[in-house]
Amino acid sequence: MKVKVMYFASLRDSASVSHEMIDTELETIDELFESLNNKYSFKIEKKHLRVAINEEYKSFDSKIVNNDTIVFIPPVAGG
Amino acid sequence: MFEMVDKNINNLYELDLDILKDPSVGGINYFQGVVRNHNEGKDVKSLEYESYIPMAKKVGQDIVNQAKKKFDIVDAYCIHRTGHLNINDTAVWVITTSHHRKEAYDANQFIIDTVKGEVPIWKKEHYVGLEPEWVACHRCTEHHHERKHSHCNHHGQQ
Repeated sequence: MKVKVMYFASLRDSASVSHEMIDTELETIDELFESLNNKYSFKIEKKHLRVAINEEYKSFDSKIVNNDTIVFIPPVAGG
Repeated sequence: MFEMVDKNINNLYELDLDILKDPSVGGINYFQGVVRNHNEGKDVKSLEYESYIPMAKKVGQDIVNQAKKKFDIVDAYCIHRTGHLNINDTAVWVITTSHHRKEAYDANQFIIDTVKGEVPIWKKEHYVGLEPEWVACHRCTEHHHERKHSHCNHHGQQ
């Protein structure tokens, strides 16, 4: 499966890219996060992150679907 | 309506908003969020707002729609900045209109609290004499408590 992962704020700083296309056989968002966290050593713990799939908040146990756009959302700070 | 813009919104009347032209309303409630010069004991000189814009627009519009269903108001509007802001610049406006004032106040607070907790917007503060930092909700990320303050709605929703 191919997915697009986008990075914002401190996660982008850690990944040094704003987005990337990933070819993966992993099944869940949880597994994808662990794989990316091993690669980039994010500075925010998973318990403080949310995940958006195709622009909607979803759970970390969601299944990855081909062509998903996945964004791990650091604690937001608008307003 | 909910908007995200990368332009100065300091002067509300330059935005020429339809919500301010309705002759039927008896109360208009304004919340203006501005950039302050200090945070957590640090001297702030400016800040940057970054956003996942397509999702922010969807989530923000949904919040405005929720407010219009939940409260007896006539209309609601929120506009939020992205980009680089200086001290005193306006970061956000929330405007609610109603026939009576209480609902306009309540809806306005609901919108700003929910925007702060839900809309994918991030803030990088630039300090006097220190490295810039991405600002998270300090109380959430360091003390790990849940839902003790109204704008941190992200806990337990993974």
